[in-house]
Amino acid sequence: MALDNLPKRVFKVVGTRPPRPDGIDKVTGRALYGADVFAPGMLTAHILRSPHAHAAILSIDTSAAEALPGVKAVVTAADFTAQDDDFLRDVLDNCMARDKVLYDGHALAAVAATTPAIAKAALKLIKVIYKALPHVTDVDAAMRDDAPVVQQGRSLETVPDGMSQNVTNHCEFGHGDLVAGFTKADLVVERSFTTAATHQGYIEPHACLASMTGDGKADLWCCTQGQYNVRALCAAMLGMEASQLRVTASEIGGGFGGKTTVFIEPVALALSRKTGRPVKIVMSRDEVFKATGPTVSASIDVKIGMTRDGRITAGEAHLRYSGGAFPCGTVDMGAQAAFAAYDLQAVRTLGWNILTNRPKEAAYRAPGAPQAIYAVESVVDELCQKLGLDPLDVRLQNAARKGTRSSYGPTFDDIGLIATLEAAKAHPHYSAPLAEGQGRGLSAGFWFNFGGNTCVSLNVNTDGTVGITEGNPDIGGSRAAISQMAAEELGVPYDKIRTIIADTSSLGHNDVTDGSRVTFAVGLATIEAARDAIAKMCRRAARIWGIDEEAVVWEDGAAKPAGPNAGMFPPMALAEIAAVSFNTGGPIAGHYEYNADGAGVSFGVHLVDVEVDRETGATKVLRYTVFQDAGKAVHPSYVEGQMQGGAVQGIGWALNEEYIYGADGRLQNPGFLDYRVPVASDLPPIETVILEIPNPGHPYGVRGVGETPIVPPLAAMSNAVSRAIGTRMNRLPMSPPRILNALSKA
Amino acid sequence: MTSIAVSTTINGDDVEFLCRADETLLDVLRNRLGLMGAKEGCGTGDCGACSTIMDGRVVCSCLVLGAETEGREIETIEGMANGSDLHPLQSKFIEHAALQCGVCTPGFLMAAKALLAAHPDPTEKEIRFWLAGNLCRCTGYDKIVRAVQDAAAEMRGEGT
Repeated sequence: MALDNLPKRVFKVVGTRPPRPDGIDKVTGRALYGADVFAPGMLTAHILRSPHAHAAILSIDTSAAEALPGVKAVVTAADFTAQDDDFLRDVLDNCMARDKVLYDGHALAAVAATTPAIAKAALKLIKVIYKALPHVTDVDAAMRDDAPVVQQGRSLETVPDGMSQNVTNHCEFGHGDLVAGFTKADLVVERSFTTAATHQGYIEPHACLASMTGDGKADLWCCTQGQYNVRALCAAMLGMEASQLRVTASEIGGGFGGKTTVFIEPVALALSRKTGRPVKIVMSRDEVFKATGPTVSASIDVKIGMTRDGRITAGEAHLRYSGGAFPCGTVDMGAQAAFAAYDLQAVRTLGWNILTNRPKEAAYRAPGAPQAIYAVESVVDELCQKLGLDPLDVRLQNAARKGTRSSYGPTFDDIGLIATLEAAKAHPHYSAPLAEGQGRGLSAGFWFNFGGNTCVSLNVNTDGTVGITEGNPDIGGSRAAISQMAAEELGVPYDKIRTIIADTSSLGHNDVTDGSRVTFAVGLATIEAARDAIAKMCRRAARIWGIDEEAVVWEDGAAKPAGPNAGMFPPMALAEIAAVSFNTGGPIAGHYEYNADGAGVSFGVHLVDVEVDRETGATKVLRYTVFQDAGKAVHPSYVEGQMQGGAVQGIGWALNEEYIYGADGRLQNPGFLDYRVPVASDLPPIETVILEIPNPGHPYGVRGVGETPIVPPLAAMSNAVSRAIGTRMNRLPMSPPRILNALSKA
Repeated sequence: MTSIAVSTTINGDDVEFLCRADETLLDVLRNRLGLMGAKEGCGTGDCGACSTIMDGRVVCSCLVLGAETEGREIETIEGMANGSDLHPLQSKFIEHAALQCGVCTPGFLMAAKALLAAHPDPTEKEIRFWLAGNLCRCTGYDKIVRAVQDAAAEMRGEGT
């Protein structure tokens, strides 16, 4: 949707850095997150989880638990509405196992009681008879013919015959003649890689408070990235109509994709229905690790051919992803993203999803892309090293640009990859000297970005202030950006605007806060809602002046006669029009509803210097710079924040985050102590360079920025470590034992 | 289980409460006193989201028993601002965009307050190591460190 093709606009509010509207609440402890509310008469629930990686549930006897004083209800899968749709059934089965438990930590019953201690005690009284089944947690092992089958009959029609029943999804993308392409190459490198499953690691565990009354009406408070999606999923699982379930999103303590689905919310509703009382569930950190998130684990082969002067002649990737115990389409996105940064004549990517006895994958920032691009960018770097070529020059030489037929099909419009690469090349970081034992790595990264269903209401108050009602939980400062765009369009000061996030009964559907979509799509809807209100205000002014509404224009926050012929009236500011609105036709509001496309793909480039301690295998990050095209940075501080935060999550993924399963199929590190995310002392400052190549699909040129920054760090770190130690790394994370192992083999 | 009567001081006010022997200070703050600013990110002392100050020292309130606070002085995020006047650290966190989701912010602010009380002019490295017990998953720590540096300068009376 190319809305405006105007010359470069001079912004007044967009591009500045005002204080965020929720700032004071969040620095004073007043902001209310998922676990921060109580209801009169509230019960607390706890969830029984499988100790087995894979087992048949032969029976569940809840009678002793129900008899415990203080226990008010127990629910199992039998308390939910059976689902015909595969997707919904998988989400429900993940919330409450039916016939089998599919991973360590899989939920299978829940107890609501008057105190948390009683609920926990009651869990021990639930008698479950399991029949343990063989399990598999490794993606390559699960693909073999003799692997234990996690779920039968789940393969989509696209999966070729003759593969393990664990293979559920298959995809293929690309174009051109690979054989001819590889023949033209002077050097072909083919390598295999693995990446571990990682967790989003949001600091706030999942929490919710559900309250259902006897007439079937319910309210649900929860930390989520999408209250409308929670409503849809819960309504289906409880057999409710959407209108009867009002979902309110709390302030959200991080999500990164992991809070785009439900885990405990339908369970709390079912318990509330059964007890007639409000029910609160708060996950422990152990439960968060065992039963929510994580990413796919991956095993990837990449083959790339290059000429002596750096032209890539062909690229091929085979991606084997496991999204845990349920079918998962994330591999499609990896297969599409793998070579997106390159303008290639011959490219092909094949992907498979394979079931394992691990928790159901949840989205994590650019899901599927970091793994695939890590493998591709590692091979590109090795080719550059072997051919003695500058890795930035090679990327510039092969970069996708406007008009490039992308590796996944569409032809690119205006994109910022070349500008981003050039900015990296010109930056002092790229030419800074390195000491002995240090290595510099770089990687490009890509994400599609998303638009989606969005609606916004904008109310002009009679005192000249403006209220905006939008439906997307603010996960990183989006309320500030939305207010800025409204202020820009209306021509009123930022502090006259207050943006709030509606519950599901107060505004029409909005897709989840995901796909880097909010500043783009909600921003666009806000601008259009402002234009709707402006049109109405011009009409009111025309009525007051007694002239045609076409003869009124909106400039600098006021209605003005379009020219001398329209009449000589002094401008009427928004506040003046609002003040008399009850006498000129009633309240003034603007609305906009749409299904947004035109999100505009996003590219970034990361540069990192590392030093590896050859005695301990520990890697120190010395310097890190992120370059990214934001289209237009509405609130540059929060754009930088996305770039820095994504980079550091990627550094954690590269260096030490991983799900570690024992031979018994149980997760060995379900806590922050053993699943170690980066801390402040691990890191240097994260420098940022924002490029602004306007997205033609947004009136201000905005592109989403949230996801791309997690894509490049994996390869950038691996390339830096590989160059520092003089041997190529091909497994993530590059934890100290793996580095020592690589050094001993070198 | 018999409850224990505890008298303590929280944010300068005398507070009395009853708690069970196994209740943590975090449980007491949140479930008995309605002070929801300290967050439970892990319950095992690994994330720092529940950081409070006890007798001048930063503690994870999930690792302190409620009963242990008898006669102590507790400071929580709710007592950091003076009425509607924010503490310089609070202002600088907003100004520098040192929070995204904000759930770790109360813990970081308490830890940073204790840091600046002990070391009014910390180096960047000292800030990073002092705050290493507080996890933030959104920001990559960069803006948090800058906010603490800037607040420290302001509190020392240096122009910024």
